[in-house]
Amino acid sequence: MSIPVWSQLINLLAAVLLLLAFAMLSQRRVLSLINLFAAQGMALACSTAIVAYATAQPHLYGSAGLTLMLKVVLLPWLLHRLIRKLDVKWDVEGLINIPLTMLLGIVLVVFSFNLAYPIAQLASTVTRATIGIAMASVMLSFLMMITRRKAIPQVIGFLSMENGLFFAATSATYGMPMVVELGIALDILVAMLILGVFFFQIREQFDSLDLKHLEKLKEGE
Amino acid sequence: MTSTGFVLQLLQLAIALLLAPLLTGWVAMCRAWLQNKRAPSLMLPYRTIRKLFHKDAVVAEHASRIFRMTPYIVFGAMVLAAAIVPSLATDLPFARAADAIALVGLFALARVFMALAAMDIGTAFGSMGARREMFVGFLAEPALLMVLFTASLISGSTSLPGIVDTLAHREIAIYPSLAFAGVAFTMVSLAENARIPIDNPATHLELTMIHEAMILEYSARHLALIEWAAALKLFNYSCIGIALFVPFGIAERGSDWQAILAATPVLVAKLAAGGFALAVIETLSAKMRIFRAPEFLGTAFLLAVLGMLVNQLLGG
Repeated sequence: MSIPVWSQLINLLAAVLLLLAFAMLSQRRVLSLINLFAAQGMALACSTAIVAYATAQPHLYGSAGLTLMLKVVLLPWLLHRLIRKLDVKWDVEGLINIPLTMLLGIVLVVFSFNLAYPIAQLASTVTRATIGIAMASVMLSFLMMITRRKAIPQVIGFLSMENGLFFAATSATYGMPMVVELGIALDILVAMLILGVFFFQIREQFDSLDLKHLEKLKEGE
Repeated sequence: MTSTGFVLQLLQLAIALLLAPLLTGWVAMCRAWLQNKRAPSLMLPYRTIRKLFHKDAVVAEHASRIFRMTPYIVFGAMVLAAAIVPSLATDLPFARAADAIALVGLFALARVFMALAAMDIGTAFGSMGARREMFVGFLAEPALLMVLFTASLISGSTSLPGIVDTLAHREIAIYPSLAFAGVAFTMVSLAENARIPIDNPATHLELTMIHEAMILEYSARHLALIEWAAALKLFNYSCIGIALFVPFGIAERGSDWQAILAATPVLVAKLAAGGFALAVIETLSAKMRIFRAPEFLGTAFLLAVLGMLVNQLLGG
């Protein structure tokens, strides 16, 4: 029962992360989705900073700062600007209804917890208990990308999947080397910019951001 | 069974019976304040109950025995539940007879009889209310069970006094699972007590009412018992919430009279805070369409299950 307080805080933040992943899964409105994404980034940055403090790994402070800059400030700002420019205010439509999505989410969580349990037994890091949660949030973001029809929620799902992966890296090995992290951060940023351009192209072409139009192979059918 | 335990049991029952209408009145008062209305008297529920007891009961011509028995059964179930939930002390002879699962069963028993009585009369409102009540009930019950299981997993016991004893004595630690369970429990109690996102306790708007639709045909002493039972239900749910999430201050097994005397004001303070929180929630949220209820309660269920899973993974 005597878990150190840092470990408890990390566990708490991991639980918050999981909760936010579920909240995003069940969210109908795009604006709230972006805010939830920013909140997830915030939780991630906090937990990384705490891991950095608890394990005395100064380079993790850098990752935490990077996460804070990129995922809490820059990307949500870009997304907000994007939906303002695209003038999208619709509710997000899912392919399956929300209670069913949530139940699928629970199944995924059970699956990833089972998967992570043996790994966590072997690990010796402070954060070993949270590997399962990290995997679960990756899976939940996957599910969100699969069940959403429009382009912007899918992109947010993609970004939040990266959040999950980052968290997995932090909890399994105390973070990746700085070079890799910088690379990924740049990747995400560039992907965001390119996808932003894509959104305009898609809408220009099809008058909608519904991705099912992309499944048609020929023009003018 | 010690004689102290017996006395304690009676004392706790008496306090529950007396305080329950006060809690309902307090919530109504806070709600009126928050909505800039003139608040009704704190004693209004008592006066209503007294007034109803002095009237002559009118029972519909075609009412069967179930209709007449139901108020007593519902009231009895709620009194029994009040005896099981440790609100003042954990040394309760009654509580050993039934654990948390039986408690959920007691609530279910009351609900089934309410629904039967509502259908018994054969009015359209009654059947509609009964249908909705069962609809909400079957969604809320698993979520409530999951919340109780989370607490049981942490403390290793399904008996409520056992849970309180363990949780009140634990080291100060952050339990993410209990936080999940707490939110889920709040949502379930809102639904179960006919509170605002699901039902409105202060309405007779035909299309939206659930609980009120079921008791439309009751009058006088029957209605008084049902109103009192509803107040007791709110009281019981508040006490379960207190026992699971803020159990500090409840007199433990083998404690002296001083601790028990000290437990009473603590209980009243917690109930007042809880009632105020309930009024705030009710003021801030709007009544939801009945078909959104599955989503609301599905979320509660999900949170409770997540709490349990997180508890398994993070090891409490």
